[in-house]
Amino acid sequence: MLLLTCPNCGVEADETELSAGGQAHLKRFAAGSSDDEFESYLFHRSNAKGVHFERWRHSYGCGKWFLAARDTNTLEVFGTYPAQTPEPPKDLIAAIKKKRPDWKGFAK
Amino acid sequence: MKRYSAFAIAREAVRYHQGWERAWASPVPKKEYDVIIVGAGGHGLATAFYLGKNFGITNVAIIEKGWLGGGNTGRNTTIIRSNYLQDPSAAIYEKARSLYETMSQDLNYNVMFSPRGVMMLAQTEHEVRGYKRTAHANALQGVKTEFITPGKVKYLCPIIEVNGPRFPVLGALWQARGGTARHDAVAWGYARACSDMGMDIIQQCEVTGITQAKGQVTGVETSKGAIKCKKLAMVVAGHCGVLAEKAGFRLPVESVALQALVSEPIKPCMDVVVMANTVHGYMSQSDKGEMVIGGGTDGFNNYTQRGSFHHIEETVRALVETFPMISRLKMLRQWGGIVDVTGDRSPILSKTPLGNCFINCGWGTGGFKAIPGSGWAMAETIAKGEPGALAAPFGLDRFKEGRFIDESVAAGVAH
Repeated sequence: MLLLTCPNCGVEADETELSAGGQAHLKRFAAGSSDDEFESYLFHRSNAKGVHFERWRHSYGCGKWFLAARDTNTLEVFGTYPAQTPEPPKDLIAAIKKKRPDWKGFAK
Repeated sequence: MKRYSAFAIAREAVRYHQGWERAWASPVPKKEYDVIIVGAGGHGLATAFYLGKNFGITNVAIIEKGWLGGGNTGRNTTIIRSNYLQDPSAAIYEKARSLYETMSQDLNYNVMFSPRGVMMLAQTEHEVRGYKRTAHANALQGVKTEFITPGKVKYLCPIIEVNGPRFPVLGALWQARGGTARHDAVAWGYARACSDMGMDIIQQCEVTGITQAKGQVTGVETSKGAIKCKKLAMVVAGHCGVLAEKAGFRLPVESVALQALVSEPIKPCMDVVVMANTVHGYMSQSDKGEMVIGGGTDGFNNYTQRGSFHHIEETVRALVETFPMISRLKMLRQWGGIVDVTGDRSPILSKTPLGNCFINCGWGTGGFKAIPGSGWAMAETIAKGEPGALAAPFGLDRFKEGRFIDESVAAGVAH
């Protein structure tokens, strides 16, 4: 069972307590953006097989959002970090690169 | 290709079954093909079959990373229905359902299509209204369905508890001509027919790159060497995002795990397919007597072909509530498949940003029922270079235009 540590309350929560919220760090586009930008923001996803950054909500715990780095191919969890982080923390990226030398790195 | 028939069985019986030939050839890939189809599942093989049958294009290779029919084609719960709400969906799924009716004859391969009837239970007032609306829409689309009473539900499927404590059955959407088919046989039958037309089915061959020049596709790099092509079709379901990345574009798709399970075989006890979308579960009985059970997808991106255990618990709990007699049934096997889900829960049959490269994906949790219709529409798109009437509404451009084919409301959990 998938276990994620909520950085807000510190609880190691199993997936029945959590709700998946899709890809993290999306660049948002507002009024005045082009059709292509809106389409990309609303629908296009990396859908990566491997390292994936995503949003989670501790719905049946503290109720707050947080972010997680996970491997969608092995279900390994690399780490979790607060939702207010605009890009994945550098130490987390370094830790992932150490485990996955072939990984191309974080891209939006 | 020697035809399968009662006479063939008698002929082989008197010579110790020594004369059966291999159903399809396993050739070494040629240097170049007119069309390469990536993915030898039901949709890929059906696309190849109708390219040959409807358009006479037979210089075709179907490339498969694993073994043919080993992905979602071999992992679904084999339900066939076409009772969709939106017109474009009803058109393509009804085309598929009608092709299933004659598939065994068309392919000379017994796909065991069993039009036993599909029942979608309405267990809330919202569902009653939704399914009545669907039944009216289906009447206009020429798809025969009807909204039936709880009494008729009980008559058609006596093992249902219609007066359940949480969600009593208030009626059902009934499609008498829906049913099930043998999923492996669909892949095998198409593969045999494609091989007979001279197409090359190349298994254990992973596409590692897509070569292009001046915005046009020129071929693929594979684990068995480079192969050139004039046109390329990607029909790889859950891995469409991985392949699209190699081609240089992103898709409005996310891949998640969907699970199914079967029970120990028991005596015949239900001869219809029952789907209970409010409580998240559906069930039918296979010809071997196993109860075939499916439920909802996991919520998070996943490529592991196994799902979360708590989903099995939720599905089984829902079905025990609906069918109390299965409460002491043992489950034999459980498995998962990676389904490619789009925002509007409708598929993508489309041209792509790369010239002469076409994509067929996004069937999500309901691809098996669509195999022949999807292949038919995709073959037309590839042969003509432009989508025909069946495929046109399912283009990638619909996401930019906001022209969705919104089936997530109509279909609920089991799509």
